[in-house]
Amino acid sequence: MAKVLVVTSGKGGVGKTTTTAAMGAALAQAGEKVVVVDFDVGLRNLDLVLGAERRVVFDLINVVHGVAKLPQALIRDKRLENLWLLPASQTKDKDALTEDGVGRVITELRKTFDWVVCDSPAGIERGAMLAMRYADEAIIVTNPEVSSVRDSDRIIGMLDSKTVRAENGERVEKHILITRYDPGRAARGEMLSIDDVLEILATPLLGIVPESQDVLRASNVGCPVTLNSPASAPARAYHDAMRRLLGEEVEMQIPSERKGLMNLLLGRRAA
Amino acid sequence: MSVLRLFAGRAASAPVARERLQILLAHERSLRGQPDLLMQLREEILAVVSRHVVLDPDKVIVRMDRGKHVSTLEVDIELPNGADRAFASAG
Repeated sequence: MAKVLVVTSGKGGVGKTTTTAAMGAALAQAGEKVVVVDFDVGLRNLDLVLGAERRVVFDLINVVHGVAKLPQALIRDKRLENLWLLPASQTKDKDALTEDGVGRVITELRKTFDWVVCDSPAGIERGAMLAMRYADEAIIVTNPEVSSVRDSDRIIGMLDSKTVRAENGERVEKHILITRYDPGRAARGEMLSIDDVLEILATPLLGIVPESQDVLRASNVGCPVTLNSPASAPARAYHDAMRRLLGEEVEMQIPSERKGLMNLLLGRRAA
Repeated sequence: MSVLRLFAGRAASAPVARERLQILLAHERSLRGQPDLLMQLREEILAVVSRHVVLDPDKVIVRMDRGKHVSTLEVDIELPNGADRAFASAG
């Protein structure tokens, strides 16, 4: 049965788009038929991170407004035949998306795909609300940092009150994904620990993605990190998270990178 | 790790972060879900007063200060020029 998954966070810059691309690719690699939908109208970026920026002709807003048919706007990934992208528009009109229009598109996508992964814009305004509106499950991307945790708490409140599921008395299944985690700094007490974050947010953990240069490298070349460097620590973390999302029991571990001697001597401050 | 901390010469900040968040979120969660009282109050005051006087909606300020012993509700309504005539014709 099709599932609508929203990747969200209150704060910007925590890794929503990276996570959407990585999880979308990981699910597609596992044989699921996946479409990733960019809801960040005005500031679209998912196409760039997926390396499809030059193939965008029609977008989500064109489909909502009936200018284009859904199949015309869907872009098939060149590397994974199970992965599709529905890009966002760069229009400045923030109100170009309507709740009904989004609902119609999601309903249509549900018929074709196993997973509809919605990349939410940052913040708590209309765009973010529309991205989570029809969600069955949510990944709340959180950095171990005070402002990110606070905003995540706010988003969790919205998921529990402003979604269609919440209004029908059902639950949106929520997962925390901690990104940009630095085990060294956490051990030194310079960064909130995983336990701190989970205790404060009282939401189950989906995975821990370590801070890594591989993430930046992957978006530089326009390829999801799970595909670009599958053996890297973040790729392994995203793969484990994907398996948990599919219901597998996977032991939680903090994937660490092999550090060179210099990094060890410098106390890993170099990052 | 404590050896490292000695070298760094500063205390761990994560426990402080955790404590601040716990206090803040306990407060914010209690406010969530309630209708925004002040906004509602402002709308209603605006509706009542503008039944009698032509008002600029932006010139109505409603502010609440919660003190330890006394809380005050301050309502500041700026009447435009010619409000007297509006009064007369309305009355």
